[in-house]
Amino acid sequence: MSLFKLTLKELQGKFTAGEISAVDIARSYLLRLNQVEPKIKAYITLTPKETILQQAKTIDDGLKAWRKTQPLMGMPLGIKDNICTEGIRTTCGSRMLENFVPPYDATVVGSLRTHQPLILGKTNLDEFAMGSSTEHSVFGPSRNPWNQKFIPGGSSGGSAAAVAADECVAALGSDTGGSIRQPAACCGVVGLKPTYGRVSRFGLVAFASSLDQIGPITKTVTDAAILLNVIAGFDPMDATSANRELPDFTKAVKKKDIKKLIIGVPREYFSEGLDTEVSEKVQDAIQVLQELGGTIREVTLPSTERAIATYYLIATAEASSNLARYDGVRYGFRAKESRDLAEMYRSTRSQGFGPEVKRRIMLGTYALSAGYYEAYYGKAQAVRTLIQREFDAVFQEVDLLVSPVMPTPAFQLGERLDDPLQMYLSDIYTIPASLSGLPAISVPCGLSKIGLPIGLQLMGRPFEEAMVLRAAYAYEQATDWRMKRPVIRS
Amino acid sequence: MASITQKEVEHVAQLARLDLTEAEKPMFADQLNHILSYVDQLQGVSTEGVPLTASVAHEEPVLREDSPRECLPVEKALANAPESHNGFFVVPNILGK
Ligand SMILES: NC(=O)CC[C@H](N)C(=O)O
Repeated sequence: MSLFKLTLKELQGKFTAGEISAVDIARSYLLRLNQVEPKIKAYITLTPKETILQQAKTIDDGLKAWRKTQPLMGMPLGIKDNICTEGIRTTCGSRMLENFVPPYDATVVGSLRTHQPLILGKTNLDEFAMGSSTEHSVFGPSRNPWNQKFIPGGSSGGSAAAVAADECVAALGSDTGGSIRQPAACCGVVGLKPTYGRVSRFGLVAFASSLDQIGPITKTVTDAAILLNVIAGFDPMDATSANRELPDFTKAVKKKDIKKLIIGVPREYFSEGLDTEVSEKVQDAIQVLQELGGTIREVTLPSTERAIATYYLIATAEASSNLARYDGVRYGFRAKESRDLAEMYRSTRSQGFGPEVKRRIMLGTYALSAGYYEAYYGKAQAVRTLIQREFDAVFQEVDLLVSPVMPTPAFQLGERLDDPLQMYLSDIYTIPASLSGLPAISVPCGLSKIGLPIGLQLMGRPFEEAMVLRAAYAYEQATDWRMKRPVIRS
Repeated sequence: MASITQKEVEHVAQLARLDLTEAEKPMFADQLNHILSYVDQLQGVSTEGVPLTASVAHEEPVLREDSPRECLPVEKALANAPESHNGFFVVPNILGK
């Protein structure tokens, strides 16, 4: 069997047992990348072949003396290209950072590196993670491995496509309003957004700092737990990172039932606008959760319909402030031939940013400007409180919430590019958990008639990733969606 | 409330240090209007006395010990600079010529 088809857990098992070497793994993946990457375009930057083989050899040589491995040793990973990697360019899918080579590693990357993984490359994303399809990447869109006419989702579309197409065994993504969960759903893989504060944001290029969170995109729920174990934890370099006890998340993925768990079905997540195929598959999944011993209870979260408006004010306001740093002075793109500093700022930003980023910077600037601040930004912050309170109240009654990830399966490339609002509306089910900082996972729960994946979302209380993982695992084990893999056509 | 004029769009672009092309002005005005009329729904939500949420950090921020530690060496900090000289970042004239 080809090594690239294995899950992280399986690959790790064979490697630890000494059945395969790191060089075997590297060769298998390099071959795979050669075959499918030209079609899928999951990566912006690939690590040079020789570097990967050299790293693999170093691992193998070190192991000859004593066979002691760490969970990610020799494991081929993809990293979203808004997470800083020392010495490997980090572009954010933007002309602004096209040649930016970070002088340091993000904390999560540092944590990965202590395991000696094989970092295969940096994956594609919408520019500065703003988007739902990767079409806003200045390097061009990635393709959905299940059907190349369709989007892989976004903004972590490159990471999700890479995992689905076996172009890495697992990947890191980032999620501000759904960017881990939605592409995972589009590509039929698992994506976990941890609780805000669970994973350090240090070295993650900031989009909306009160929402951004890094998390795993993997083939299985177990693999997500393995990766979360490595990246989670307190970091003195991130003042919002939580100083909490860390459970061993892999312990959560052992039991195959969910007896005693009460699972809420929020009515508002099944109303108008939800595609019938998606609705059917999610209903089937809820049935399975019930058969596994869960108690299903209908609940209501009335402010759900306000979430998109709230998010697109808060996220753009924060983005307009965060992206003020791109001024052509210290790093990144600088426009040529400006007469003075002010002109250099404007030309640099006008040439360096793409249209979606400009749109958001302007919307955010407007929402924060004199005369509008209270009506827009202030109002959105108040509604955010209401959304959070509703979650708090519901979580007194239930342990988890279940819903679709996206109102439809993946849409076609180009379909929503000219209508920004239409693109924003596809985030309706993922944004509320982001606004409240809750952990949420996307697991595959079926295929549409034309063969596109559909995702199931499970949301939990703050810092209860273990419970989210446990239910997702039980569901995954009770169904066989994870066995279905895309066939990549030429 | 929504409806942002092309003039206002130009003003906002200037605040954000962006120059818009003639083609971009009506396009952004149009799209921003579309989005603003959507987000205007929030005006109908009653939020009197509701506190504002700026962060969902579930705990008090933890401050780092304020003690000296290693920082980026100058060469590394300057490595990505578009232009540098003698350990400094170089920028165009500030006041123009
Ligand atoms: N990074 C994200 O989570 C993006 C979410 C959402 N699609 C947006 O465009 O903002």
